[in-house]
Amino acid sequence: MPKMTVISPGALSTIQDTGRFGYMSTGFSPNGAMDIYSMKIANILVGNALNDGVVEMTLLGMSVRFDCTSVIALTGADMQPEINGEAVEMYTAHEVHDGDVLVLKAAQTGLRTYLAVAHGFDITAVMGSMSTNLKCSLGGFMGRKLCAGDEIPLRQSISLELIGKRRAKCENNYTLTVTARVMLGPQDDLFTDEGIKTFLSSEYTVSDKSDRMGVRLDGDMIENKNGVDIISDGIATGSVQIPASGTPIIMMADRQTTGGYAKIATVISADLHKIAQARPGTKVRFKAVDEKTALELKKKQEQKLKALQYRMLYAYKEN
Amino acid sequence: MEVSADKLRFLSCGDSAVTVEFAKEMSEQTNRRIRFLAAKIESEGIKGVSECVPTFCSMTVYFDPFVISRKKLEKRLAEIISSYEESTESKKRVFLIPVCYDGEYAPDMDDVCMLTGLDKKQVVDIHTGTDYLIYMLGFLPGFPYLGGMDKRLEAPRLETPRTTIPAGAVGIGGKQTGIYPLASPGGWRLIGRTPVKVYDPDRETPILYKAGDYIRFYPITGQEFENIAADSDHTVEVREEI
Repeated sequence: MPKMTVISPGALSTIQDTGRFGYMSTGFSPNGAMDIYSMKIANILVGNALNDGVVEMTLLGMSVRFDCTSVIALTGADMQPEINGEAVEMYTAHEVHDGDVLVLKAAQTGLRTYLAVAHGFDITAVMGSMSTNLKCSLGGFMGRKLCAGDEIPLRQSISLELIGKRRAKCENNYTLTVTARVMLGPQDDLFTDEGIKTFLSSEYTVSDKSDRMGVRLDGDMIENKNGVDIISDGIATGSVQIPASGTPIIMMADRQTTGGYAKIATVISADLHKIAQARPGTKVRFKAVDEKTALELKKKQEQKLKALQYRMLYAYKEN
Repeated sequence: MEVSADKLRFLSCGDSAVTVEFAKEMSEQTNRRIRFLAAKIESEGIKGVSECVPTFCSMTVYFDPFVISRKKLEKRLAEIISSYEESTESKKRVFLIPVCYDGEYAPDMDDVCMLTGLDKKQVVDIHTGTDYLIYMLGFLPGFPYLGGMDKRLEAPRLETPRTTIPAGAVGIGGKQTGIYPLASPGGWRLIGRTPVKVYDPDRETPILYKAGDYIRFYPITGQEFENIAADSDHTVEVREEI
């Protein structure tokens, strides 16, 4: 069985796909890649289905050794990848061979990097998904983050010749100032006009207490009318929750499915990847948009991925 | 009595989800309507809707806006809800959950007796004497928010939450009672433990019950606890009642 052996796991490396869906009503968070946009590009670059499982690395990348010929691609934060000591480019398909060592360092900008291998990792889906649920020790590789010595099986060995020299535009020049577009609601009516104004005009800073559950922000307190406790309701990805402390938490992939704090707004689908890549210290501003704008941006992002997928088929034919 | 749909509020949860708010207060009546909507969507399906999360007074619906627009979805949801009739009330599913209320399984039993002024037998009798409606699941996979606990059992949460509570622990937190489906930190006072696997990722339905079902606890001895825990084929009794 072809495999990839972890030499050093980095800060937090887990297997993730687009998420575990259909179980939220029983309390399972969807998990999945934080930056689904980058994760999908990685899959496209190695010819996989968009939702195939990849490794998500956080801040500090891992080192791995391959024992077979395979094709890999790295997207998201630039962790200065090297194969056998030679620098290789992000957003490009590379062939690796038996004994090759891939080393990743600290993210230059951004926070999360995705490693896809052609044909995917041979990980059994649990409840319909390969995503790692750390809280429940479920899915992914043994339900946990990767550790040194782990041997991650690959479905199949493959050469670059069969995939083509795939390459995509680098989209990882992550800045330390981010504008997250939001749609107000579901509970914006629980905040004062002044509170909404604060939310939409202040600059917030990503706290180092952020994780896959939520991106916590420090900054001006958002004023509410009569408290922020609500009767628990559903929490969508990107919900901007305002707990009693008054500063926002953007709820992400490992969030709880329900919660009892008011949510002032929801980050639009097309901007979630920006939040996923916002490292501690990043400045975040919120901008309200209407549904039409949110959908246009979402459509544009999906079309970009489709166009890339289409172009890659030609890369194969021309090879 | 037909329930009109005009009290519904649709709350935006971004471009791909909407929360349908049925009422501002929780009640069994509201919960029945939410359950009705969830069951309808499950049985008939709405193209473009991927999942629904029922909660106390509302339901969050996740959808693909390029398959069904928010406007059309809201119209469809309102239609379904307005077709609800009290008389179509179906049977209730009651899950019978064995609980050992003794010794090591009930580390806070003495405190709960002290706080409530009841003796242990009374606590157990009262706790096992009610069918608890599962209003919603959340916090942890399979963690049931139960309604209907007898006021006499109310006991405040621990001042300092435990860092680990074992799977199956049954506790009281304020006005609520519930089961910890998996090991987790928590602040509820533990009065017993069930050997039943509420959560089993390898089972076809990983979580035993769903929102809208009922739970009834019944007491077992420590020996019975061990027997059930050791029996991998043990199934929980479910009664359909009117």
